[in-house]
Amino acid sequence: MKLDVNGRLHEVDADPATPLLYVLREDLKLNGAKFGCGLGQCGACTVLADGEAIFSCLTPISVLQGRRITTVEGLGTVEKPGPMQRAFIDRQAAQCGYCIPGMMMRAQALLEKKPAASEAEIREALQPNLCRCGTHMRIVHAAVRAGELMRGKS
Amino acid sequence: MANIPSARWTPASARAKKTLLSAWRLFAEVVLAGVLIVLAGFAGCASESPIAPGAQPQSFPREQVTKGAELAHLGNCLGCHTAQGGKPYAGGTPIKTPFGTIYGTNITPDADTGIGRWPLEAFTRALREGLDREGRHLYPAFPYDHFTKLTDEDIAALYAFLMTREPVRQENRTDKVPIPRAFVGVWKSRYFTPGAYQPDTARGAEWNRGAYLVQGLGHCGACHTPRNKLGAEEKNAAFAGGEVEGWHAPALNGSSPSPVPWTADALQSYLRRGIADLHAQSAGPMQEVTHDLSHASDEALRAIATYVVSLDTRGEDERRRHADAALERARKVKAMQGNAIYDGACADCHNRGRAEEGGALELPLGTALTVPTPRNLAYIIRDGIVPPEGERGPWMPAFAGMLTDGQLTDLLNYLRALSGEPAWPDVAREVRNITRGDQ
Repeated sequence: MKLDVNGRLHEVDADPATPLLYVLREDLKLNGAKFGCGLGQCGACTVLADGEAIFSCLTPISVLQGRRITTVEGLGTVEKPGPMQRAFIDRQAAQCGYCIPGMMMRAQALLEKKPAASEAEIREALQPNLCRCGTHMRIVHAAVRAGELMRGKS
Repeated sequence: MANIPSARWTPASARAKKTLLSAWRLFAEVVLAGVLIVLAGFAGCASESPIAPGAQPQSFPREQVTKGAELAHLGNCLGCHTAQGGKPYAGGTPIKTPFGTIYGTNITPDADTGIGRWPLEAFTRALREGLDREGRHLYPAFPYDHFTKLTDEDIAALYAFLMTREPVRQENRTDKVPIPRAFVGVWKSRYFTPGAYQPDTARGAEWNRGAYLVQGLGHCGACHTPRNKLGAEEKNAAFAGGEVEGWHAPALNGSSPSPVPWTADALQSYLRRGIADLHAQSAGPMQEVTHDLSHASDEALRAIATYVVSLDTRGEDERRRHADAALERARKVKAMQGNAIYDGACADCHNRGRAEEGGALELPLGTALTVPTPRNLAYIIRDGIVPPEGERGPWMPAFAGMLTDGQLTDLLNYLRALSGEPAWPDVAREVRNITRGDQ
């Protein structure tokens, strides 16, 4: 079956019940999304489907035919980071970094829909994602900063 | 103290009979409502006499406060009297009713904005008769039709508990209900029967304790009993299943939709833990109830379970037949599951069994599959079941965003078919409404 990931169509040879995360990491070699709990409890695997944040560890590829999937690799490159990535670098939000791609994708889903989201709305939206290092304050600051960058504030 | 409202209106023989067609019944109710509003002016139902404010309350015995704390959990007082992110018992919670939005009030002991100047007598009258300290009628969203059954001792304990909470200065919000308070007086004269719980001497102490808690403080019927057009519980259909905040509150009586009939053991465990593997995982408005009940004593939960299970008046043989048939159907269904969405998104947990780590409710036995509407199941799949912030509890991830409306519809239809119940009508439309945010 075909999967649209980061604007590219990929032919995937996998069981339709396979969770997206395994296809991303093992077949497409996109290792941004992380395996954390495999139960949708930690959010480390979060990616976007048609702009909505989803747990890729729980989502069978069978439901994603014809939908637009975005991973953290789709937000920019090392040379040219997107506003979300730029903000996380500026605010030095990562400690071990394992949860960060998921955090960025969930914040991205909110800010794409609502670029002027308040800090309270960002905190609310990020509830499903956990960080074991405890860098939540910086993560929230980075997401607020990303909103500013997206709104063209320098 | 317990002055029964003086202007009691005795229902005439024209009391709508069960057999009347619903259209005629609605007409009758509307005419009645009009007549009653006019009568209200003459009957002096507008309000009762105020009770003078008292001094700020003193201290209370520790045991009484502890007892009051358990009672407050059993009554789920926080549910309506604490806003999301707000201070406990300071009110401001919006409660959506078919008649408009009512806001839970501040019941902290703040002297000006709470109930700090309410003497015990006024507190008692509010619970027993639905009147505030000034003597104004309270909207029956405050379930005084249940609380009227409370004993003096329990009311005093609740009072002691509330009066020893942190006082919070927070003005009450104005209700958005286009119904004059005077009408509530008339409504009460027709639908509200004040009076303490009367034990059934043919039953044991545990059963009576359960009946007292369920009918009184627990106000279970407020959600699990259907209501008429004027918002009063249908007394002749007690515990036959009702509606709350867009959710269906399943029947607790002989028409319980649980494929395997509940036992007292299963129900007691469910009320404590929020999950019973052959029945349900508490979700929606019930989630905060089981969370509250997780703090209650075994004795209280056992009594509640004993009473509620007794409401299912089907004989032991019939219950056993239902259970056996449901378990057999579930076993067969598991052997032939084939829906790609279920296999990919649900089976990993739901086919594992509760005994294993990460194992979920036994499907297709869940009650959400057998209630008359797909809404409960759609809400659960979309939003998951997430314990209140910072609390522990049974849990399921949210699948919002993962499934399109079409896929969610397919999954709902599939699960319904697995349950063996006839198909839900127009699932696609319900899903569209839910996605749009309608109730």
